[in-house]
Amino acid sequence: MTVSTVTPRRPAVKIGTIVGIVVLVLAAMVALGPLLWTLTTSLRTPAEAFTNPPQWLPLHPDFSNYAAVFQQIPIGQFFLNSTVVTALIVVGQTITCTLSGYAFALVKFPGKNAIFGIFLATMMVPLQTIIIPVFVIVKTLGLSDSIGSLIIPALGSAFGTFLMRQYFMQMPPELGEAARIDGASHFKVFLHVYARMAAPAVATLAILNFSGFWAEFYRPLIFLQSQEHFTLPLGLVGLQGNLGTGSISVVLAGVILAMIPSVLLFVFAQRYFIEGVTTGSFR
Amino acid sequence: MSSSTDTLESPSAIPRPHPERRVAPRPGARRTARREGIFGFLMISPAVLFVTVFTLVPILASLVLSLFSWDVITAPKFVGLNNYQRLAADGTVLHSFGVTLILALGIVILQLVCGLGLAVLVNQRRKPWSKAFFRTTFYLPLLASTAAVSIFMGYMFDAKFGVINYYLTSLGLPAIPWLTSTWGSMLTIVLITVWQQVGFTFVMFVAALTSMPSDVLEAAAIDGAGPLRTLVRVKIPLISPTILFATVVAMINAMQLFDQPFIMTKGGPGTATTTATIVMYQAGFQNLQFGYGSAIAMVLLLIILAITGLIFIASRKLVFYQ
Repeated sequence: MTVSTVTPRRPAVKIGTIVGIVVLVLAAMVALGPLLWTLTTSLRTPAEAFTNPPQWLPLHPDFSNYAAVFQQIPIGQFFLNSTVVTALIVVGQTITCTLSGYAFALVKFPGKNAIFGIFLATMMVPLQTIIIPVFVIVKTLGLSDSIGSLIIPALGSAFGTFLMRQYFMQMPPELGEAARIDGASHFKVFLHVYARMAAPAVATLAILNFSGFWAEFYRPLIFLQSQEHFTLPLGLVGLQGNLGTGSISVVLAGVILAMIPSVLLFVFAQRYFIEGVTTGSFR
Repeated sequence: MSSSTDTLESPSAIPRPHPERRVAPRPGARRTARREGIFGFLMISPAVLFVTVFTLVPILASLVLSLFSWDVITAPKFVGLNNYQRLAADGTVLHSFGVTLILALGIVILQLVCGLGLAVLVNQRRKPWSKAFFRTTFYLPLLASTAAVSIFMGYMFDAKFGVINYYLTSLGLPAIPWLTSTWGSMLTIVLITVWQQVGFTFVMFVAALTSMPSDVLEAAAIDGAGPLRTLVRVKIPLISPTILFATVVAMINAMQLFDQPFIMTKGGPGTATTTATIVMYQAGFQNLQFGYGSAIAMVLLLIILAITGLIFIASRKLVFYQ
């Protein structure tokens, strides 16, 4: 498959291959090292958390930090907030973007290209540019300092619409035309013929939204003031601030807990994470 | 963005007929068309509503707000281009744009070089489990939030107690003032951002290399090209559209860098890692200068658009489209 196997200069190639493997293994250690350090340090007692060398193998794991997180911050509440925010955005965008993506791909209506063009243009604009007006709008709607301030502005998405449209564009229009002749309404054609074929694109969009909003820090920082509404990333940063360097193993236990849903989802839906990157996501 | 359109549309296994190939208008066709039009509007209306209220209106509002002085409590006052004049003379803001550009340059270059290098090496592995292992490994850091990464990296890079300086000094190397010096803190921000984001670039490049036509590579091998020559002369030109796309995405993200410096260094020491987005946050949400904050946001947008344009112009001679 690779060229290296065919070239006549074999010994040189072998050295190259070995160097390549060494580089990859070193890179894998760099990638995994900090995550492993976080995990193992979260299993050390707060007193020894900052003593070097680190314990790469948790021979005497101490789970008290995990209990301590629950005592010291309302991490259960943060989990709940993050879950509600992420789930509602995922569901909301799945609905709005599937509807609009389908219409932009397969329905004829006046001004379609112009509206879609405006959608595409808004994708270029970074969140920071619009955050002040969004903050004012959220406040006007009476949503400030509530998880609604995170959910409602994120229920529609130009990028999600774009992603779904690209997928529906690959589907043959004849299917719907045939069903129309059989007397099905436009909406029934969408729901029963096309929407069920869009499952892979819906999964990709859902995963992209999950990873984006589960990890989100910027909007929660700006929109939320009371701790009871905090999502996980904001709550963890608060935990770090409150405790100082005294009990870093407790903070790290919180970090590990917050990562568990992402890791579980990755184990079961890795394909769609990778798909999300290659369809050109804008995180 | 154009390249993502291509990748999505090109692999369509289902043949697409020309939409023009339609039956001649039958009686009642106009009513049918109108009904389809109404259906289309209904379908896009939820997305249009949310995108209009929470993206489109805010873009225009940001532009308008940047011409006003507004502290949220009293009524906004029109000040024309005053905010922009003030910005042009504000040392803190100008410095933050400089910091942002330097950090973004470091992040984009390192991320692309590492992402491409790792992708080429992984692409050469022949065993599927080996490919899968490295792909998963390099993606894992993306599963942590930037907030989480900033927290644990902050501990690891601690100058006195951190595990990184511990290993450096035990190897006989000098301890590095990671978060306590200007260059050290900038370097730390670049390193941890690339550590987390490189998997993103890597996955894009692996996908591009995997979909490379094998006949071209065979032709190169028959012509006697070695691995390095094939990489530089064949593979890199073939994936140059992906390189362009990855560069633009990485740059746009890096120019908005906020979480890592905000959490790890609070923009410090001094203003060493105070990025444009941190200055905007301080102006808008700490000093409640919404007009001035909007002006900073608009300038940031213009800089991002300008750099994107420059990258596209520069890429014309470098990017090879099949």
